[in-house]
Amino acid sequence: MYNANKVIPGIIIFILFFTAPIWLNFGRLEAIPQPELPKGEKKCVESKEYMRAYHMKLLDDWRKKAIRENQYIYINSKGEKYRISLQKTCLKCHNNREKFCDRCHNFVITHPDCWHCHFTKEEAKKWQ
Amino acid sequence: MAIKRRDFLKLGGLTLVGTAASAAVENLLIKGEAKAEGYTSAPESLKGKRWAFVIDVKKCKENQSTCGFKCIEACNAYHNIPNIPDPKKEIKWIWKDNFEHAFPEESTNKYLVEKLEGIPFILLCNHCENPPCVRVCPTRATFKREDGIVMMDYHRCIGCRFCMAACPYGARSFNWYDPRKYLSKVNPLYPTRTKGVVEKCTLCYERLADGKVPACVEACPAKAIIFGDLNDPNSEVNKVLEERMAIRRKEELGTGPSVFYLID
Repeated sequence: MYNANKVIPGIIIFILFFTAPIWLNFGRLEAIPQPELPKGEKKCVESKEYMRAYHMKLLDDWRKKAIRENQYIYINSKGEKYRISLQKTCLKCHNNREKFCDRCHNFVITHPDCWHCHFTKEEAKKWQ
Repeated sequence: MAIKRRDFLKLGGLTLVGTAASAAVENLLIKGEAKAEGYTSAPESLKGKRWAFVIDVKKCKENQSTCGFKCIEACNAYHNIPNIPDPKKEIKWIWKDNFEHAFPEESTNKYLVEKLEGIPFILLCNHCENPPCVRVCPTRATFKREDGIVMMDYHRCIGCRFCMAACPYGARSFNWYDPRKYLSKVNPLYPTRTKGVVEKCTLCYERLADGKVPACVEACPAKAIIFGDLNDPNSEVNKVLEERMAIRRKEELGTGPSVFYLID
């Protein structure tokens, strides 16, 4: 190889530079988001793991079923029934956007536009 | 280094198997996420095939001096409808206008005009049988449900306003501003809309699901708005329409409005 004494260090510096975030954050755990779960409520419509992974899909299905097919009741995997409504059902318990939704969404830099229309009671006070 | 044909074919075969396997695994994963046992309609919900309103113009006129248009007030409060002063940019789901504007095709009918001139008519989305707004919507954000409601799905609305151009009744409004700035009182049970979507009367679909009649019908102290299923021969709307004279807005357009105005 020609100029190996320049090329190989060059490649090493390049790799180190691009992987810098991994090395700088290595072993640091405080960055993991800690959403605050609603107090007083122990269970959601589905299991924690399912909600964590698929809540967006569930909400999407809820919307389609409710407004397009007029099916307003969701029967979960245990057979329990819930009224489909973000305002009336989800936000009844998850009533703090900053401490629940935003903590993870900000961490993964996703900004879904749910909040352009939906809101919690607390939030309404701000723009009222 | 040249690759041998034999090795090339082997690699190709392996790639195919790999692709098939990954697709199968993905399929299994997707199956895993469908967790619901099912969906059903609420047992207490009001069920109909073609919801309709019958507005008793005479009763409405007699009570207008005292009722303060409770129907409009109740709807605005329930659905978080902003109060925007500029009439070109206002949001309206149910509103009032005089006979000449509501029924321009009747303006040459001198005798009818004489009787009805100047009376504020309560106007709202007609939830047409053959809705032109639905036909033009490029994203199916507006659509006709099986119960006759012409619905809006704001999540899909791209704000093209084709529906506003198509609607002959002016029943649709576009959000030029963030509506939250124009709300004085907020109902936390119902979402607001966002800048850039079209909105209109949704026949209180979420109240029907809870077994309640639309907010305007409930609010009218004179019971001048009658609500029911046009498909049900025993419904109140059908009985009233059989007995009395009713007109509909711009019937000649063939949209089949579901809002009737009793004029006798």
